[in-house]
Amino acid sequence: MTISIDPQKTNNESLQPKGWLRYFSFSLDHKVIGIQYLVCGFLFYLIGGTLASAIRIELASPMSDFMPRDVYNQVLTLHGTIMIFLWIVPVVNGAFGNYLIPFYVGARDMAFPRLNAVAFWLIPPSGLMLVASYFVEGAAQAGWTAYPPLSITTPQSGQIIWILSVLLLGGSSIFGGINFIATIIKLRRPGLKLMQLPMYCWAMLGTSLLVVLSTPVLAGTLILLSFDIIANTGFFNPVLGGNVVVYQHLFWFYSHPAVYIMVLPAFGLVSEILPVHARKPLFGYTTMVFSIMGIVVLGLVVWAHHMFTSGTPPWMRLFFTIATAFIAVPTGIKFFNWVATLWGGKISINSAILFSCGFIINFVFGGITGVALAQVPFDIHVHDTYFVVAHFHYIVYGGTVFIIFSSIYHWFPKVTGKMLNEKLGILHFIITFIGFNLCFAPQHWLGLNGMPRRVAEYDPQFQFVNQISSLGALLMAISTIPFLINVIISVRNGKDAGDNPWNALTPEWLTSSPPPVENWEGEAPLVEEPYGYGKEIYEQK
Amino acid sequence: MLNKNIYLILIISFVFAISFWIGFNVNLLPAEASINAPIYDELFKILFIIGLIIFIGMTIAVIYSLFKFRKRNNQIGDGIALEGNLSLEIVWTIIPSIIVLLIGLYSYNIYDRMGGMKELNHNHDMMSSNSEKIWAGISQTSDNEIAINNLSIEVSAMQFAFLFNYPKGNFISGELHVPVDQKVSMKMESKDVIHAFWVPEFRIKQDIIPGQPTILNFTPTKVGKYPIICAELCGPYHGGMRASIIVEEESDYNEWFNKNKKPEVNL
Ligand code: HEM
Ligand SMILES: [Cu+2]
Ligand SMILES: [Cu+2]
Repeated sequence: MTISIDPQKTNNESLQPKGWLRYFSFSLDHKVIGIQYLVCGFLFYLIGGTLASAIRIELASPMSDFMPRDVYNQVLTLHGTIMIFLWIVPVVNGAFGNYLIPFYVGARDMAFPRLNAVAFWLIPPSGLMLVASYFVEGAAQAGWTAYPPLSITTPQSGQIIWILSVLLLGGSSIFGGINFIATIIKLRRPGLKLMQLPMYCWAMLGTSLLVVLSTPVLAGTLILLSFDIIANTGFFNPVLGGNVVVYQHLFWFYSHPAVYIMVLPAFGLVSEILPVHARKPLFGYTTMVFSIMGIVVLGLVVWAHHMFTSGTPPWMRLFFTIATAFIAVPTGIKFFNWVATLWGGKISINSAILFSCGFIINFVFGGITGVALAQVPFDIHVHDTYFVVAHFHYIVYGGTVFIIFSSIYHWFPKVTGKMLNEKLGILHFIITFIGFNLCFAPQHWLGLNGMPRRVAEYDPQFQFVNQISSLGALLMAISTIPFLINVIISVRNGKDAGDNPWNALTPEWLTSSPPPVENWEGEAPLVEEPYGYGKEIYEQK
Repeated sequence: MLNKNIYLILIISFVFAISFWIGFNVNLLPAEASINAPIYDELFKILFIIGLIIFIGMTIAVIYSLFKFRKRNNQIGDGIALEGNLSLEIVWTIIPSIIVLLIGLYSYNIYDRMGGMKELNHNHDMMSSNSEKIWAGISQTSDNEIAINNLSIEVSAMQFAFLFNYPKGNFISGELHVPVDQKVSMKMESKDVIHAFWVPEFRIKQDIIPGQPTILNFTPTKVGKYPIICAELCGPYHGGMRASIIVEEESDYNEWFNKNKKPEVNL
């Protein structure tokens, strides 16, 4: 068989399996790959969620009685690793990016379709390998941060598999990042200016820059760590003169930007969803673009705020305090702009907008505790406590996961041609919102009052509050049931959506639902004003 | 128009009033038992109040929009095509910048009052053969100060215990005893992995790092027994790695000290 570089030819329909079998093949169609990312990520989310429930069951009582202590640490490590590297990062980048970006730039596929497929197909095997390592002797148990010397001295086989798996997942995201940059810069339809791109493109451009700049640092760090484990080198091993704080600098140089790799695409997605359902243009397009780039630049220079208690010199603590706190400014601008987008609109109250508004409220809360944590004196007391656990779950769950659900409600009709059931959707939102806040809000108090994180046992005085938190986790687990029922029923028997059920203006809605293999029957439309709601150009159509 | 402004002013004053009320009446922190604690709590209160104002304000704005601007039945058409408002956007860039800057300066001041900004004098111990590097913890003192009047203690952490060495009395204890109102200097070193020394009632925490000793100073102000908690994941029994610090009157402390101290051994 000759290998053709032209995506048009490699997507030859007669060579591809039909129907749902497509999703199990090495497809080069960006839409298929996007759905593959989403479904694969969701399966891992169910595993990660099950582990979270196990953690919360253990913490419903002060003693370590539900599982042995080292198993608790393994479950905790696996939960964190899965949620970050196999659920959020692949879904907000890989899934939505692959599905939407070619539409948004007016292309028929990504710039490098094969690389794209490879990037996806790295994920299932490395994810399975990671999960499987929990059935061998001595799985990784040093937390998702894998700080040495703990990660060097705990049982090693599991830690090595953990490193290998994270390296492969990192490789996958670098491939994806390169592809997004190339697609957005190079494949734009002639006549489409950068400042006319939908906001999600800008968010993905910023995110991909972060991925490409910082992920290789993580890879290098983990390779050095694996040398320390396998080959007895002494980069980070204090017994051999290594420096454990250097690992922390290198690790956080990636892992702080990783937070933005999780939330920037979510910022982009919410910018697509709000204008459609509020029937108003996105408020302050230009400031939105600049604030994304501001976040990218600042995001790269604040990593040491994770290390305020690690013995860093005073001047360094100060610099990182101020730099971190300043991220609140571009982030704040985006939130004000979203509220201004809602203001004076004609808002349809549906699951998509409710999850988006839930996101705004939760994220503002998480952002405020974030600014507090940036202050060295404040952080010193609560670092490595449940206050931090509460803060970052407000960001990653209350922010990003809420937006993933909002996006699923928004784009489901495009992908399947069917509507989701709104009653079940709103039920899903209500249980999730209550469960989420019940689970994580009380943890702020726990941290302030003396409960450290990553512990299987704790002071009995904290039992009652921990039980409230576990109850919230139970509600969150329950909330996935109406969602799953909704998706299964709607895929088969949902109301027909038509091509553009929301009357949206961005390009993916200007084709059939589901879209044809090459996105448009004819030429790609030129959308000059993706947010032109309430304007003449739109009225005429 | 006038009416509208009055409502706005009313709502804003309501948000401020409620935030200040909560900030001053809801206590989320444990007892204050060191010089650092009240300074910390001052910062906490300010951040709490500012945070509440922003959070309550934003939440009201979102929920109000959802109610007020929701699409009624049979309503068609779009909202107003409002794409931006330069002066508004400048205002909400500048005001947060100022707030963030003020918070930063204020917390710098707090940090300084906690002793965080003192430079450490590195070249002490000229006599000892290896000039080891001591890493900076919070509330450092210069070496001269330590020499003059602080109670100095050496802490070693290991999986899964803290040991406290009193060099003057030449003994090791599993419980940390200190006299009230006296400055304590600790030099901390780990025997295996990273641990952390945390006393919530003192509002201090410092990692204990293998190969790199850290320094932590504090002055307890309230007699009592407080937990010492390891705050850095250090293995399976991390959750059980706890000790106690007993702050007592000078006389009780001396009694305890004299009971434990070992005579100098002359070889
Ligand atoms: C489904 C609801 C969730 C629940 C109930 C939950 C609960 C927990 C709990 C109890 C911990 C242990 C905290 C500790 O001791 O440090 C934890 C840790 C963590 N969670 Fe979640 N979580 C959830 C979702 C997520 C999501 C969506 C993410 C996405 C990034 C996430 C990321 C993490 C991370 C990174 C850690 C730290 C792991 C470590 O310390 O190594 N969690 N979670
Ligand atoms: Cu420890
Ligand atoms: Cu520990």
